[in-house]
Amino acid sequence: MSVENVPSKPSENLNIVIVGHVDHGKSTLLGRLYADTGSLPDGKLEKVQAICRQQGKEFEYAFLFDAFLEEQEQGITIDTARTFFIWRGRQYIIIDAPGHKEFLKNMISGAARAEAALLLIDALEGVKEQSKKHGYLLSLLGVRQFAVVVNKMDLVGYRQDVFDGIEKEYREFLGQFKAVPERIIPVSAKMGDNIANRSDKMPWYKGPTVLDTLSLFKKEPPRSEQPLRLPVQDVYKFDARRIITGRITAGTLKVGDHVVFSPSNKRANISSIEAFNIDPPLTASHAGQSVGITLDEQIFVERGEVATHQEALPLVSTAFRANLFWLGKRPLERGRKYQLRVATKEVDCEVSAIHRIIDTMDLAQQQGSATVNKNQVAELTLRTKAPVAFDLSASFEATGRFVLVDEYDIAGGGIVTELVHDDQESLREEARRRDFAWVKGEVGVEDRAQQYGHRPAIVLFTGGRHTGKSFLAKKLETRLVADGRHAYLLDGENLRRGLDADLSEEERGQTDEMARRYGEVARLLIDTGLIVVSTTNPFGLAYQEAAQAIRTLVHPAPVIAVHMTKTNEEPPPNTDIVLSGPTDFDAATKQIMDELKRRGVLAQAIGAKPTFQYSI
Amino acid sequence: MKHLRQLEDQSVYILREAYKHFDNLAMLWSMGKDSTVLLWLARKAFFGHVPFPLLHVDTSYKIPAMIEYRDRLAREWRLDLVVGQNKEALAAGMNHTMGRVACCTALKTNGLKQLIEQKGYTGIILGVRADEEGTRAKERYFSPRDKHGDWDFRDQPPELWDQYKTTFPPGTHIRIHPLLDWTEINIWEYIKYENIPFIDLYLDKGDGTRYRSLGCAPCTTPIKSTAKSVDDIIDELRHTTVAERSGRAQDEGRGMELLRKDGYM
Repeated sequence: MSVENVPSKPSENLNIVIVGHVDHGKSTLLGRLYADTGSLPDGKLEKVQAICRQQGKEFEYAFLFDAFLEEQEQGITIDTARTFFIWRGRQYIIIDAPGHKEFLKNMISGAARAEAALLLIDALEGVKEQSKKHGYLLSLLGVRQFAVVVNKMDLVGYRQDVFDGIEKEYREFLGQFKAVPERIIPVSAKMGDNIANRSDKMPWYKGPTVLDTLSLFKKEPPRSEQPLRLPVQDVYKFDARRIITGRITAGTLKVGDHVVFSPSNKRANISSIEAFNIDPPLTASHAGQSVGITLDEQIFVERGEVATHQEALPLVSTAFRANLFWLGKRPLERGRKYQLRVATKEVDCEVSAIHRIIDTMDLAQQQGSATVNKNQVAELTLRTKAPVAFDLSASFEATGRFVLVDEYDIAGGGIVTELVHDDQESLREEARRRDFAWVKGEVGVEDRAQQYGHRPAIVLFTGGRHTGKSFLAKKLETRLVADGRHAYLLDGENLRRGLDADLSEEERGQTDEMARRYGEVARLLIDTGLIVVSTTNPFGLAYQEAAQAIRTLVHPAPVIAVHMTKTNEEPPPNTDIVLSGPTDFDAATKQIMDELKRRGVLAQAIGAKPTFQYSI
Repeated sequence: MKHLRQLEDQSVYILREAYKHFDNLAMLWSMGKDSTVLLWLARKAFFGHVPFPLLHVDTSYKIPAMIEYRDRLAREWRLDLVVGQNKEALAAGMNHTMGRVACCTALKTNGLKQLIEQKGYTGIILGVRADEEGTRAKERYFSPRDKHGDWDFRDQPPELWDQYKTTFPPGTHIRIHPLLDWTEINIWEYIKYENIPFIDLYLDKGDGTRYRSLGCAPCTTPIKSTAKSVDDIIDELRHTTVAERSGRAQDEGRGMELLRKDGYM
């Protein structure tokens, strides 16, 4: 009994995922949907039936898409399968996700791609563990359109009271996190009731069939109306053009737009939108598109920055609060290092607090855990090594979600729920306002770098008294200048009697204002194209704090942090070179020079114009 | 043609992710319709350039017209073409009469593995599509292969939103599949839309047959068809219920599962 499927030209694609507890009939539903709409290729049904006969078992619709031998033998789906069918002008990509809890990561991979979902519940077994977990995860993953399909109605005699009971229980569960299903449909996938054809066994049900429900799902509206978000994916220089690429995750950009890159605060106008085999050239691009743009000014931006308009900037911080699900083989631990990826930004991070573990069975919360186990959901705070541009997931989907990488594997994912204010916030705000108002001459950073044969940077020495900081700093300055570089020693002492002369003795004893002034002076010198060699002597033992403030104010110039110590104390975060004990100053100088090369501050030979493509 | 642009945007994003994360990257090109669309998408992603080598694993049994087409495009599009061949197996007389799975394994899978090992590639871009056959429907966009090139389909990495597996232990490599979401019709619609040059073996030239899928001459049979243009092909595909790879002998029985587990494309 096949519903007529008129071949038509599809005008859009829609990704749908089928989820639910193991054995509740997801693959069977899928097989039935294909068979009843005449969407199976010739011979597919016969081929699978033949394999069943060969193995001496009864044919099931589920076997049509469980492609692995092991899946058919065990009668479960191990991994997500993607299948395609066209129905009434729309091409559906249906993702059949596994329901066994062991394969939750596969279910999540499937659901993360979906625009809508069908969630199956077995009428006989009722609401089970994974029914709830999958329902909760759909909401966390941002799949807001879904229908609940109560399957195997044939096993409960097509009784309305059984259906009503399940509907009531499940709606109550979903209501706790404000999820509302599009429809709740009673079906029997095995018998074909209410899949493609209306069932005459359940006259009490007046709603649409599963097939009709698919047509009710809306294609997600394009996010072009939102403010612009373009995370930088890469920068190319294959020919004369220097093209910044990325996928617009929200909003629209036009040629001539003034854009700001966060967190570096660099700005420029868009000169062109580049594309291959597109004529006439594009003048605007929208959310969802992978684009390439050129700018009117030679500014260096790098992967991970987010381009926006100045009126609607993303958040920038080194900390945020999030809801996370963990899929890692080993538990997530507070204090351990992970790689965080938000859109295209990749940065080291650690979990600074695990606020609670959420039991998806009853949404009860458990506090005081130091770890999150595999397949658990938790609320936590993440702290990153460097500032990151992001959004709250409630306002921007793509820049408001993230994954954590443990060693080589993506081991968890989540959504950003709250910005956490860090101690650098006011300085970061100062730097942003200052950069936006900065009056520029005709000579750009890049012009200076071409002339000088190097890029600006700051070498920041930290450490206790009498560790040789000043001595090494002087040696490094001498060496750089002897090599033809433009370097300048900025000792904090030199600010005390001049710039800081207006500060009272008490104020001079406080690190904050001293460090702010020092950072702004360093920022000015960097803008002139110099390699600033700095020592934080006047800050005494408060060098940790001071170094952090200076970093924030000179951002995004490269900071080469050198810590000198006699006692093996913990160096400040993000230190590049640690020199402990009696120091060989020549070797130390060379080590710093090498780091300057590695970071792309020094190009190779003096005289030759640098040909660098890297960014600062 | 909005849906084609959406597919293109996704594939271009994947290609750029691959280029960013893999220092030693290559793309497999069999000169068929899929890998040629893939090649075109690379030119889209990199603004007319193809910044990595194209690998052709030559079984020596390919249809001659395919080799001519390969060399012509390589010249015109200035491609860095790398041809690999399992010479040892060929010298030992390997051909399809020794068993189709054995022949595919020796000449294609092992030919590819030799090339990967020789050149030290860590990322291989392939044009496989989910709608082609069952095991490909279960692939990830970024799919790891172990030291032996084997695919552990029981334990595939999670793939969340636009975040892919781009880090991997030494000695292993990643297969990258930018065309996973494309269907056979999408491929032809895109060829038409972008006017991409393709081999005319896909068209009926008067004898009422054409190739729907191209492989080695002995193991690929033409189908009955009078499609003489891309439009004809698209129209034919909208009405057919015959599987695309019905003319490919290695798909019979469990051939593809066994082949792909061991590292077949």
